[in-house]
Amino acid sequence: MPQTAFEPWNDPDAKPLIQFRNVSKRFGDFTAIDDLSIDIFEREFFALLGPSGCGKTTMMRMLAGFETPTSGTIMLDGQDISPIPPNKRSVNMMFQSYALFPHLTVYENIAFGLRRSKMPKDEIDARVKQMLKLVQIEKFGARKPEQISGGQRQRVALARALAKGPKLLLLDEPLSALDKKLRQDTQFELMDIQEKTGTTFVVVTHDQEEAMTVASRVAVMDHGKLKQVDTPDRIYEAPNSTYVADFIGDVNIIEGYATKQGDTVSIAWSEGHSPIIGTPSKPIADGKVSFAIRPEKIAISAERPTDRNNIVHGKVLDIAYLGNLSTYHVALPDGTIIKAQTANSRRRSSRPFTWDDEVWLSWTDTAGIVLES
Amino acid sequence: MRRLTWFNATSLTLGFAFLYIPMIVVIIYSFNESRLVTVWGGFSTKWYGELLRNESFLDAAWVTFQVGFFSSIIATILGTMGAYVLVRGGRFYGRTLFSGMMYAPLVMPEVITGLSLLLLFISIGLDRGMFTIILAHGTFAMCYVSVVVSSRLVSFDRSVEEAALDLGCTPFEAFRLVTLPIIAPAVISGWLLALTLSLDDLVIASFVAGPSATTLPIKVFSSIRLGVSPEINALSTILIGIVTIGTIAASLTTKRAVMRRQREERMAEQAG
Amino acid sequence: MNMRRFSLIAVPYGWLLLLFLVPFLIVFKISLSDVALSIPPYTPTLELSEGWAGFRDFLSQLDFENYEFLATDDLYWKSYLSSLQIAFISTTICLLIGFPIAYGMANAPKEWQPTLMLLVILPFWTSFLIRVYSLIGILSQEGMLNQFLMWIGIINEPLTILNTNIAVYIGIVYTYVPFMILPIYATLIKLDGSLLEAAEDLGCSRTEAFWRITVPLSKAGIIAGCFLVFIPALGEFVIPSLLGGSDTLMIGKVLYEEFFANRDWPVAGAVAVILLLILIIPIVLYQRNEQKMMEADT
Repeated sequence: MPQTAFEPWNDPDAKPLIQFRNVSKRFGDFTAIDDLSIDIFEREFFALLGPSGCGKTTMMRMLAGFETPTSGTIMLDGQDISPIPPNKRSVNMMFQSYALFPHLTVYENIAFGLRRSKMPKDEIDARVKQMLKLVQIEKFGARKPEQISGGQRQRVALARALAKGPKLLLLDEPLSALDKKLRQDTQFELMDIQEKTGTTFVVVTHDQEEAMTVASRVAVMDHGKLKQVDTPDRIYEAPNSTYVADFIGDVNIIEGYATKQGDTVSIAWSEGHSPIIGTPSKPIADGKVSFAIRPEKIAISAERPTDRNNIVHGKVLDIAYLGNLSTYHVALPDGTIIKAQTANSRRRSSRPFTWDDEVWLSWTDTAGIVLES
Repeated sequence: MRRLTWFNATSLTLGFAFLYIPMIVVIIYSFNESRLVTVWGGFSTKWYGELLRNESFLDAAWVTFQVGFFSSIIATILGTMGAYVLVRGGRFYGRTLFSGMMYAPLVMPEVITGLSLLLLFISIGLDRGMFTIILAHGTFAMCYVSVVVSSRLVSFDRSVEEAALDLGCTPFEAFRLVTLPIIAPAVISGWLLALTLSLDDLVIASFVAGPSATTLPIKVFSSIRLGVSPEINALSTILIGIVTIGTIAASLTTKRAVMRRQREERMAEQAG
Repeated sequence: MNMRRFSLIAVPYGWLLLLFLVPFLIVFKISLSDVALSIPPYTPTLELSEGWAGFRDFLSQLDFENYEFLATDDLYWKSYLSSLQIAFISTTICLLIGFPIAYGMANAPKEWQPTLMLLVILPFWTSFLIRVYSLIGILSQEGMLNQFLMWIGIINEPLTILNTNIAVYIGIVYTYVPFMILPIYATLIKLDGSLLEAAEDLGCSRTEAFWRITVPLSKAGIIAGCFLVFIPALGEFVIPSLLGGSDTLMIGKVLYEEFFANRDWPVAGAVAVILLLILIIPIVLYQRNEQKMMEADT
């Protein structure tokens, strides 16, 4: 059976669930959101990623109805939602602090939203039980929030927000209060639940790993603007700016001057080094560029490799042993430091290179990204 | 490790002796057979009998109780509203004046509060009596209630209220179903504070009380001016007894709640 | 703005305007008026029926005569000065007594602390009047204090303490010292014990560590406690009238007597206005301190 990929953003006929149209939000002099437009589609798991203060939380609070845009419109299912107060929107939110009602039991917390609607009692009961089962906390229905662990609270908050069957679920740093191990397990559960319920999820996070793991698309934000909206692999492998390249993962950035040579460009970057040969993703004009290359794309060897155009020579300055990987900081004669990474795929009693070893670094013509600056 | 040094033990002993000896002496002498307050004439409870037969004290106590009851309710409602407006009300015209008026009575000398309220009641032609005392006590006690309630409002997570809105509550429902139950302990302690302030107040009451309404403190004050008397000792003992029992009961309740909380936290850890 | 939000703000706002601000404006107005023999005993009264002319007439009759009177009659400025002096000295004594108690509490074994706290709070909830009353029996000529002092042989003749300024000092310290203890205790209990260990590790002696670490870090509590004692002590009425003598001058008592005994409302009003002006400085300073404490907490 041919499996069609879930890519509504590439389908010109798909109708977006949420549309931001030139939305700006100012608090006094401070511009939190700057003329931002974006479409989010039904059943998407969408991540807003950025450092604190980039405006991601403001975007989510506007979706929930706690803030109204200063200008522009936000459409949900083709309807402008600005005049609708939070309690009338079919949007629910899972708060960063979970915001569980401390005076109510887990069961009552989940039933809270249902009781506000005109749902009959027995249906509420059935729905709450279903939600308790979905997040695997059937045993704790009668407990108060302070009587359960952090991980369980996170589940209650999720169940409570999902209970009303919202068109859109907002998750504010949903896993930030959990420890690392629990966080990784929960990420997969979250994806599972999203798939089961078919709800559109918008998650706000500053944790790139979390965004990359759970999301179908990631929006990288900075200073109230979208820097790039793309699938996690495209964000990593084809960042459209040095900001995105630098924000996601580790990267070496080399400034230089590009000259076109057929499909490739030659980048002059330092006296005494031969120019870097790179392949731009789209044709670029001659001029200043940034060349970004991930450490794992750079090979490190004791002998000068012969099959590559891009080769530099340097001395090992520092080694960071990370278990599965080792990162080498190599100083070139002109002082530039380049990071290269190798996988520790075999158990070895000693590392192949040590401090002050003379090494050769090399990479292929397509390993790096050429960005106009 | 905290340990009690010689210096700390001495200062605690002397300090608490200073705080408690006068009150203990009053309690002891309330059981004195003799009318002479400085000579011990044997144990007796007769002054309690005398006190309970004294109509004017009983009337004053009844007035004080009614004033305390009504003024503390007014103060609790207005103080809670005021605290909510100050903490969650956002910006509105005249907010600075409002917060100033909310805090000023806390530091206003009682003589000035009493004098100004009396002049107001006279200029609007309101007859002085129990009603004016209730108004006056309600006004200055609401500010104390507001301080207690707003400190609770400030400390609790705003997103809990937002969650209620998000789940379909109107703002009023969110207040009734979520905010109020959470701040309830503070509202109750605010109410107790308002009640105590009202029962205790002499200065403001003596300004705004007309001849028709004499509160217990006014009555006690005028008797004290005539000198120490065994009946006042007996009355003091009763009041000290009520406060002591109330305070100890309150602290035991809090202690139990803390212990329960700790037990629950342990349970949560095991469950996790 | 919807109706609910409006009424939520308007009810307490209106209440305070009517029962706090307006009364104070009336006091201010009366302080600019003259005594009259009829009731209410001051002129002019504002005749609204006479319209604008009546209002102008009313304004023209207001003057600062009562304030001039306060300045010239030395009873008043002596009372202000003596109130300031009594409040200042009592606050200092409260600090000297309250700090060691708070320090002792904060350093007491953990399981004692709730009980000690209860012992400080208990007098706080007990009737103020009764606590002042309890001192009368102790301080009187044949009271416990004199009997005790004669028994241990310090004095032969009973001292006259009651109805003097000494009794007023004792009364203020006795009733207000819990207000000094509580804020200082609150800052001391938050003090991180490792700071003192660090200071000792870096070569401070115990005493030096106390003066260089503990005292500066409890400054906010000390300031709060001082204001909590000083401000109410300045306008105190009950203590000077029950414990003080006829020569005890305190402005609260003067105001009360001016109003009830002399029935001179305009002068009483002027006394009140000046008292408030004196209080504004410490109140503003106190609020600043509170704000600083709040910021430090967050």
